Amino acid sequence: MAQTASQIAGSGSAPEPAPDSAPRILSLTGVCKSFGALKVTDEVSFELPQGQALGIIGPNGAGKSTLFNLITGNIAADAGRIEFLDTDVTRTPPMSRCLMGIGRSFQIPQPFDKLTVFENLLVAATHGRKLSEREVGSDCAAILDRTGLMRVANSPAGSLSLLQRKRLELARALATDPKLLLLDEIAGGLTDAECVELVDTIRAIHRGGTTIVWIEHVLHALTSVVERILVLDFGRVVAVGPPDEVMASKEVREIYLGIEV
Amino acid sequence: MSDVTTYSVTTRTRASVVAGLIALALAVVAVVLPAFASRALIQDLFFILTMLSLAQYWNLLAGYGGLVSVGQQAFVGFGAYMLFGPVILWGLNPVPALLLSGVFALLLALPTAFFAFRLHGAYFAIGTWVVAEVVRLSVAMWKDVGGGTGTSLPREARSEMWGVPQIEAMFDVRTSAAQDILAYWIALAVAVATIGGIYAFLRTKRGLSLAALRDNAEAARSVGVDAARIKWTVFLIAAFGTGIVGGLIFLQNGRISPDSAFSVIDWTAFVIFIVVIGGIGTIEGPILGVLVFFFLQTFLADFGSWYLLTLGALGIAIMLFAPRGLWGLISEKTGLHLFPIQRRLVIGPGRDR
Repeated sequence: MAQTASQIAGSGSAPEPAPDSAPRILSLTGVCKSFGALKVTDEVSFELPQGQALGIIGPNGAGKSTLFNLITGNIAADAGRIEFLDTDVTRTPPMSRCLMGIGRSFQIPQPFDKLTVFENLLVAATHGRKLSEREVGSDCAAILDRTGLMRVANSPAGSLSLLQRKRLELARALATDPKLLLLDEIAGGLTDAECVELVDTIRAIHRGGTTIVWIEHVLHALTSVVERILVLDFGRVVAVGPPDEVMASKEVREIYLGIEV
Repeated sequence: MSDVTTYSVTTRTRASVVAGLIALALAVVAVVLPAFASRALIQDLFFILTMLSLAQYWNLLAGYGGLVSVGQQAFVGFGAYMLFGPVILWGLNPVPALLLSGVFALLLALPTAFFAFRLHGAYFAIGTWVVAEVVRLSVAMWKDVGGGTGTSLPREARSEMWGVPQIEAMFDVRTSAAQDILAYWIALAVAVATIGGIYAFLRTKRGLSLAALRDNAEAARSVGVDAARIKWTVFLIAAFGTGIVGGLIFLQNGRISPDSAFSVIDWTAFVIFIVVIGGIGTIEGPILGVLVFFFLQTFLADFGSWYLLTLGALGIAIMLFAPRGLWGLISEKTGLHLFPIQRRLVIGPGRDR
């Protein structure tokens, strides 16, 4: 974590967002998933260059969280191919994908309730990076500091407020030192002020060089960080492109915002 | 922003330091006890120590690992028979044969886990019970160790055990009393190693991931925890320890039969009772539980079936009104942890740097 911790700390001097020509970190080709007769992921294909932040939007039930679970391996794909760092991970279990560098937050926070906040990070750092507790201690402390959780470091995770739980989701994902960070509606349910704080943290992480895929309904939070947006509807990719272009397209406005144009 | 460059991590509390010193003192007293104590007390303590070890292993499985097995009698019985077999057939000294009890129980655990880990929850519990019955029926066909009726250890095998002649000379006691003292010392060593070993294991990063898995399995896997490996580890440790304790119990007993060695009441039901009333998922719980169990057994011994009825009623009452057991009640009221495993982050100059 020494690397990520220093990257986060040095967020003041930000490198420019990666261009599309950067080497790809993640690529999906024709990925499909059905639950019974319902096709929740329908021939989804996209590529993500290293260092980019990609936003995913779409109406409820569009298959956004399922897409995340396919990328992390919590759900197995019916068809198609998922590559991470040019390795086929379509059949790789979630534990191994984490070790390869895919970190995630859950839409509904899933803390280890009885462990303290610090211990939550210790589990992630020791297992996600195969290091000893001694080796990761200072990195975990740095992440707690960065994500504003230092004050509750020794409190049981089960006793946290919603904002703190969301922060813990982020902190625990960071503790695995991810090359690719998946954020699932991390700003949902927060007040505007809380949201601004969290977005600042995420922006700093992104500027530190971490590739991010972010599902979010809070559009202004998303568009202030990401370079590209992908729109999902009924499991299909409807549009991909820079935020302003995508949000201006007639099709997206009809589907996503329900606006008759 | 706080200064994260100076931090320390500690699990120690004042109570745990005091508890550690008291435990050390108790262990010293326990070692020299045979010099003063009556033979009956030594036998009672042997019973308490062996049941305590069995309870700690079951607690590791169910309380920490979420693996509720009701088939631990398979490892008690198989461990015991793997001591009787080599001692009777090849004349092996019973003391080193205890290691065989552990090793063979471990070997039995491999196929058992292979099948039982395909099952979950109640099905896992039933699966382990079925395995235990299969092992019991198989062992009952082994004619060389008495088949279904059982057998005894040869008298000379027990009287010539490593250490027995020396103990006879040291304490000036008869052979049978010396055997009890030896068995007691081994039981003491096993119980101390069990508690110390489990405590040390829970303090490793693998022990921490065990707690994470219990709280949220999906999230644990997503941060790189190898759930299958940790389940195997816990199951094999418990089988090995349970096998040694099984060998020891029947070594002291001198006689074995399939029904007594694979008794679900003695080696699983009583053990679950001890863990549940004491407090599941804590190291302190089984220690408290075994004492309660022993006193109930002593005082209710004359009341026949009322004894089991009372145990059952008490077990149900505790589960309903104090699901975390007696130790749960105490630690809730006082915040006391004698074996703390919680890692606390201390910012600022620290000792454990």
